[in-house]
Amino acid sequence: MEETLNPLLKETGIPLEEYREIVRRLGREPNRLELYLFKVMWSEHCGYKNSRPLLKLLPKEGPAVLQGPGENAGVVEVGEGWAVAFKIESHNHPSAVEPFQGAATGVGGIIRDIVAMGARPIALLNSLRFGRLEEARTRYLVQGVVSGIAHYGNAIGVPTVGGEVYFHPDYQDNPLVNAMCVGLLRVEELKRSRASLSRPVYYVGSKTGRDGIGGAAFASEELEEENQSKRPSVQVGDPFLGKLTLELTLEAIRQDLVEGVQDMGAAGLTSSLAELAHKSGLGLELDLDRVPRRESGMNPLELMLSESQERMVLVPRPGKEKDLEALAARWGLDAVAVAHTLSEPVLRVRFQGQVVAEVPTQALAEAPTYLRQAAESPEAQARRNQSLEGLPRPLSPQEALLSLLASPNLCSRAPIYERYDHQVGTNTVLVPGRGDAAILRIKGTQRGIAVKVDANPRYSKLAPRLGAMHALAEATRNVSVVGARPLAYTDGLNCGNPETPQGYFELSETIQGLAQASHALGLPVVSGNVSLYNEGPHYRIPPTPMVGVVGLLPDLARRAEMGFRQPGELIVLIGGLEGHLGGSEYLWVVHGLEAGAPPPLDLAKEARAQTAIRAFIERGWVRTAHDVAEGGLAVALAEMTFPYGLGATVELRSQAPWEVLLFGEAPSRILFTIAPEHLQAVAEALEERGLSYWVLGQVGGDRLTLLLPRERLEWPLEALRAAWEKPLREVLP
Amino acid sequence: MKVAVVQFPGSNCDLDTLWALEQVGLKAELVWHSQDSLEGFAAVVLPGGFSYGDYLRAGALAKFSPVMRAVRQLARQGYPVLGICNGFQVLTEAGLLPGALLANTNLHFTCKEVYVRLERTDLPFTQGYAPGQLLRLPIAHAEGRYYADNQTLQQLEENRQVVFRYAPPPEGPKEGYNPNGALNDIAGIVNQQGNVLGMMPHPERALEETLGSSDGRSLFESLKQALAVVGL
Repeated sequence: MEETLNPLLKETGIPLEEYREIVRRLGREPNRLELYLFKVMWSEHCGYKNSRPLLKLLPKEGPAVLQGPGENAGVVEVGEGWAVAFKIESHNHPSAVEPFQGAATGVGGIIRDIVAMGARPIALLNSLRFGRLEEARTRYLVQGVVSGIAHYGNAIGVPTVGGEVYFHPDYQDNPLVNAMCVGLLRVEELKRSRASLSRPVYYVGSKTGRDGIGGAAFASEELEEENQSKRPSVQVGDPFLGKLTLELTLEAIRQDLVEGVQDMGAAGLTSSLAELAHKSGLGLELDLDRVPRRESGMNPLELMLSESQERMVLVPRPGKEKDLEALAARWGLDAVAVAHTLSEPVLRVRFQGQVVAEVPTQALAEAPTYLRQAAESPEAQARRNQSLEGLPRPLSPQEALLSLLASPNLCSRAPIYERYDHQVGTNTVLVPGRGDAAILRIKGTQRGIAVKVDANPRYSKLAPRLGAMHALAEATRNVSVVGARPLAYTDGLNCGNPETPQGYFELSETIQGLAQASHALGLPVVSGNVSLYNEGPHYRIPPTPMVGVVGLLPDLARRAEMGFRQPGELIVLIGGLEGHLGGSEYLWVVHGLEAGAPPPLDLAKEARAQTAIRAFIERGWVRTAHDVAEGGLAVALAEMTFPYGLGATVELRSQAPWEVLLFGEAPSRILFTIAPEHLQAVAEALEERGLSYWVLGQVGGDRLTLLLPRERLEWPLEALRAAWEKPLREVLP
Repeated sequence: MKVAVVQFPGSNCDLDTLWALEQVGLKAELVWHSQDSLEGFAAVVLPGGFSYGDYLRAGALAKFSPVMRAVRQLARQGYPVLGICNGFQVLTEAGLLPGALLANTNLHFTCKEVYVRLERTDLPFTQGYAPGQLLRLPIAHAEGRYYADNQTLQQLEENRQVVFRYAPPPEGPKEGYNPNGALNDIAGIVNQQGNVLGMMPHPERALEETLGSSDGRSLFESLKQALAVVGL
């Protein structure tokens, strides 16, 4: 038997042991179509085979949580009857093959996830990773991805309010494109992927074509040369149809026409219907002949696996079928009852009158899970343990700051975000480049929400567990320094091949680090995505946990930006003067080194520092605050001069080497400014919380002046700005 | 009397515009693109967005929609008609305003804050402003480069039909301020009768300091005042 199977297993890529499991669950041999249903549903993207046991470690409960992981998106309550739905999702492999459409459909897909919860999308963020900026291919990818995000987000009318981008050689062959969407809903309008018994299930939106067939499975394979020929696996996005589908779905929910909503995303009809049936504890019979198509001659396999975009699954309330159809007609979209729910828990697929597949929904929806061998790569160990003693000083401190500001990882992001509509919706209070997190107001209230996505691949490469902890600490810190209290997060876990001990080690350590930081900071995860197999014969990406944090700003009037605004205000630093060079941007930019241990992280201190800055902002004492992140104190101070073109004079009273002082990195450090009359109260509050602090200097002038014990360093602001603005502008003119 | 906000299927500033009108105390309603009458409306706004997807050319299809017949009629009767961003593109495509809006010289979508100088304060949209006032308004478009032949341009200038012109910030470089390459720095024009205004910047995004600027507010307040004066 197994010999005749071989061609089919080879074709589908299903390992023999999983095939045996399928036979066991079915009690018979699957046919080819059924085998493909298992292939896509048991892909890592849909089935979380390798990550599920690890993801159990993450806390998912919290006072604000209305919906945790497992639905189209997570939902947290933000008060006055409002809630926020949010999720991050990867579109890495499609973007590697076709950057424009890959990124565009990544945005479209995550928007539909938010809409499926009954929320109107109010913000998009993205987290991007590319190889070296100097490489021609990187520039092609950057231009394609940024244009694709702009194409979709701008047209559908959801503002792109934030994001982050890193350039690192390990992403050369495998860029990362993760998109996050945030939506706003009334608590009572929260929808889930549910259907009751004997209900018709409607297919709504765009027609089905042969695009994106098997995309979810493609996302769960290693990228190889021949994947360039997988262009047909990449979906094609149409933001106009996306907009129509969005408005139709939200209007149907507002008019209370539907009981359940499910996005039709990865693995198309297969996944959306299997998930809907499984979560409802029911079965479902699908009639493929009723599926709207844009090309003829599609066979059941193509119909089941197509990832044509802009499609949703809606379950109308009894008696509301005609209203739903009429509403769809108004938006010029198809709304067809393609399936109905059954008490028998199977997914039954009919085509031309025949049953072509019948599979228990549970067997499909609950992929087997694996615990694997983990071993750290010796290379990471060696890098971490490398001594950083006795490094030369090829650059003076003056030159080093300019070089760091011109690093692709630290330079101005304006050439990217200026291509995104970041204001449509008229809710964006803090636009890109103005603060460490974006702020969106909730119309009709004084409340705002702050959002930020972050990850430091260098820290994670050197120490995956600590790196993940840093990611969550920094993303929450960014939300706190604008004045908002972090409520929950979504995680986009991008890692290598979990079937190798090194890849599994990095995945496992990353999730354990997140779990540790989540517990310490009291922050639950409510949604997320895993993208594994970001690995090829000659490379493996650094573990990249993109953490998207949502926080609540209780009073919009009490918020902080990053720029110096008021001459004469005092500049205060929470935390120590000296940072660490291990894993620092300085080491990379000046020495081309990626080595040493990343800075240690005291999560209890982190929490105290964040609480302190939020309290100062809430009291109205602080209107300018900024996280000291990559590049250290000098870079952070320079960044604070850019928004309003206001300089500062700062004294650093430490005997530490200038590299450590100016460019050393450490967590839990926050720069902020206060009027002199608040100094005493601020100092007392920080001492009470056991936080060390330094009063560094004063805002004012058109220079940045740093006084070291034996040296006076000074830069005209124009020089800093010129260095900072140039690198990305050359790529995106 | 109330203001109509036309809703093409791909409009995406429709709700923002509705909100802005309501913020200044005007009654406003969304009007679906397939409607061919604007009976009972005293003014109409064509909001920003991507009307019918705009894959061909911004506003190229919108001019054929039923609602545009009603907009033309309203314009002919002298009621205020305002086109913002995509609305401006639709108004030029429909021939209600002269010229065309071409791709920005940088060839990509650009979203940022710009300064515009106000050239007319005798219009139903601008009477609340001070003459020559410098406004800080956001732009967000890929096709905003105003273009017209020399004769048309000359006529526009002679008839004082240019209402908004891109201008350098009060402090800062005196060049590079025109964000899209528009001829004569044109950011907005009005028809000869003075009742049909098209503009690329988004006044509805600049209603409150919370969002960074309130310089757009007077435009909607002016409209309210104009409608009140004529008893509409």
